[in-house]
Amino acid sequence: MDFEFSDEQKQLGAEARRFLQAKCPPAAVRAVLEGPETYDAALWQGLGEMGFLGVVIPERYGGLGLGYLELCVIAEELGRALAPAPFSSSVFLATEFLLAAGSEAQKAAWLPKLASGAAIGCFAFAETVGAVTPKTLQLAAASGRLNGTKVAVADAGIADFAVVAARTAPGSDARGVSLFLVDLNGPGVTRATVETIDPTRGHASLAFADAPAEPLGLAGEGWRLVGEVFDRAAVLTAFEQIGGADRALEMARDYALERMAFGRPIGSFQAIKHMLADMYVSAALARSNGYYGAWALSTGAAELPEAAASARVAATQAFQHCAKNNIQVHGGMGFTWAFDCHLFYRRSNLLALNLGSPSQWQDALIQRMRERNVQAV
Amino acid sequence: MNFDDTPEEAAFRAEVRAWLDANAPKELRADLETSGFASMTLNGVDPALAAKSWQQKKFDAGWACLHWPKEYGGRGAAPIERVIWGQEEGPYAALGGIFIIGHGMCGPTMMAFASEAQKRRYLPPLAAGEEVWCQLFSEPAGGSDLAGLRTRAERAPDGSGDWIINGQKIWTSGAHYSDYGILITRTDPTVPKHKGLTMFFLSMKTPGIEIRPIKQANGDSGFNEVYFTDVRLPDSQRLGAVNDGWRVSLTTLMNERLSIGSGMSTGFPELFDLCCRIETPNGLAVDDPAVRARLATWAVRTTGLKYNGFRAISAISRGETPGPENSIGKLVAGSTMQEIAMFAEELMGQAGIMTDPDLTAAAGRFQKMLLRSPATRVEGGTDEILRNIIAERVLGLPADIRVDKDVPFNQIPTSARS
Repeated sequence: MDFEFSDEQKQLGAEARRFLQAKCPPAAVRAVLEGPETYDAALWQGLGEMGFLGVVIPERYGGLGLGYLELCVIAEELGRALAPAPFSSSVFLATEFLLAAGSEAQKAAWLPKLASGAAIGCFAFAETVGAVTPKTLQLAAASGRLNGTKVAVADAGIADFAVVAARTAPGSDARGVSLFLVDLNGPGVTRATVETIDPTRGHASLAFADAPAEPLGLAGEGWRLVGEVFDRAAVLTAFEQIGGADRALEMARDYALERMAFGRPIGSFQAIKHMLADMYVSAALARSNGYYGAWALSTGAAELPEAAASARVAATQAFQHCAKNNIQVHGGMGFTWAFDCHLFYRRSNLLALNLGSPSQWQDALIQRMRERNVQAV
Repeated sequence: MNFDDTPEEAAFRAEVRAWLDANAPKELRADLETSGFASMTLNGVDPALAAKSWQQKKFDAGWACLHWPKEYGGRGAAPIERVIWGQEEGPYAALGGIFIIGHGMCGPTMMAFASEAQKRRYLPPLAAGEEVWCQLFSEPAGGSDLAGLRTRAERAPDGSGDWIINGQKIWTSGAHYSDYGILITRTDPTVPKHKGLTMFFLSMKTPGIEIRPIKQANGDSGFNEVYFTDVRLPDSQRLGAVNDGWRVSLTTLMNERLSIGSGMSTGFPELFDLCCRIETPNGLAVDDPAVRARLATWAVRTTGLKYNGFRAISAISRGETPGPENSIGKLVAGSTMQEIAMFAEELMGQAGIMTDPDLTAAAGRFQKMLLRSPATRVEGGTDEILRNIIAERVLGLPADIRVDKDVPFNQIPTSARS
């Protein structure tokens, strides 16, 4: 058994960490938090130059042609660094939709630009407040034109194109949902930046008024494709969350060692030690579940849907748990704008929702375990 | 990243499988797979006899205590071979319950501190299951604070060099069926508590020992109180130097946490199975969103522990030591098992209070689990001690302030003497 990343993959992770320490220190995250930009363009360019944006894109489309294990180790480092960049939108989602359903022409047009960072892609899904279901997807697609609105679309303000889930048959049936590629710089598209709980990741609403769109994949396959790509993105996002959880735990540990109260480091009090031990436990469980998800993603195993849900549920719990208790360990200082604790708290709660909520993934996990059980009987 | 054996591992696994296939007590398999959480029932077969017979069979064929040297009854196997054996032995390993403490804790301590002649005398029968060992550590005044123990060992006044033991141990698993034990005592109460301890081994038939089973909260009696009244031991049964017993005990305890923490059940597969068969007001439990949310949390704890184990095995396969993530097993499994038992009871409703295996669901295992699980969170290191260990050894936080650290033992305030 070799249930571990290879030395080469670990070296790639170390390389990504060095790069991010240099190009994405906390000051760079704060610049996006407090400044007018919704992402760090210089960081994005650097990520492209490092090849990190095209890790799994085949070489014939300008990518590195490596596997998903390599992408997982990079995702973990981006999570640690709270990278203020459209990585998840462009790499975990737009690239994956193109690889899963794109025509040869669509792949040739977009993948090389996604790999280099010359283009940014995003995915437009939710239309209302509440869980996204086939019924809530009512943005209309007809005769190659889209009409309707999407809310809280990550990176829609800066993306060149969007993958849009739209309704091609009226009603609430999942088979009436199809995917489209839309040039966001084209006619009929209005973008409006929205404020979110995590300003270090830009979001915008999209309004389409007879916006030209080309189908991505077969009509009626949209809901299925979203599920497929979300499973893959769930594993990758889990690594982002694992990286964030680990960093939040380290911050809390370091502060507990240095902060004195009642004449001793607060890390010598059991109330603090036990809180930190529980944070370690959740992070360790998330990492091990993540490894299994990474294995399933990288090998195309039939276990992927269940493994992805496990990784997602555990990683979401761990990052939220570590980020909120990092503030608690820091006490009042943890609630200041100046300390970085709130950046992890914000990101942990953003990532908990960006592919479907925790309860949706919990539900999916048990549904998938149930299906496997039934099949086994 | 893969789950494949190396060629050497695959060859070893094939050898193990072939031997198990020809020799395992298959008639007990079904009972072994469904027992657990509490007492073992083997359908008319005496569990102790079945355990001893299986252990002897393994010993005769060279499959007992695989990692021990051959001259002491083991196989001299590599750590990964021990892991593979464990995977393949599967449900039959449950038969070895009465040997866990002897093989996991007493044996390694004897290996490290007994004389060569003693090792050759005691270790092979221990490996073969002919002699069962127990660990006489905890006391009424020394549980989590083990070094606060008060059982005295004093030199006999006759100049023989013998030791006279007086005091009381408690929570001694299996003392009532054990042949030998390792015993930690206080030999110098005038120095700080960790510095005045000495370790011995002894026959449980030594005159002056009285064993009283403890009736536990769940009605079973797996633990004992052991009383020592003028028990005389020759100095040759001392393990390690006089007053160096704390260091000796650390060898034992390190092995305790390793053996107890590995492969612990959370009860999740059993709960999932129950949820597929039992109704809530919203239909089948497994289809109820409120149930699913709770199941998911326990599911990822269970898979997390499983894949932690895989990571540890991978490290062992590469010749490395497993990482600290391996230390969380009992902490996670203990509380999860208790939560799962309570939730299973909740699902069963009023009928869940019945313990009769014929009247309640899942052959009464959740009721057993409910009543046994508080012990899991205490034995072998309480949840609180385990959190301290993670905080201190993994995260590098300061040790607890110990107000008694530099105080002579006989001047430390106690519950009885403050």
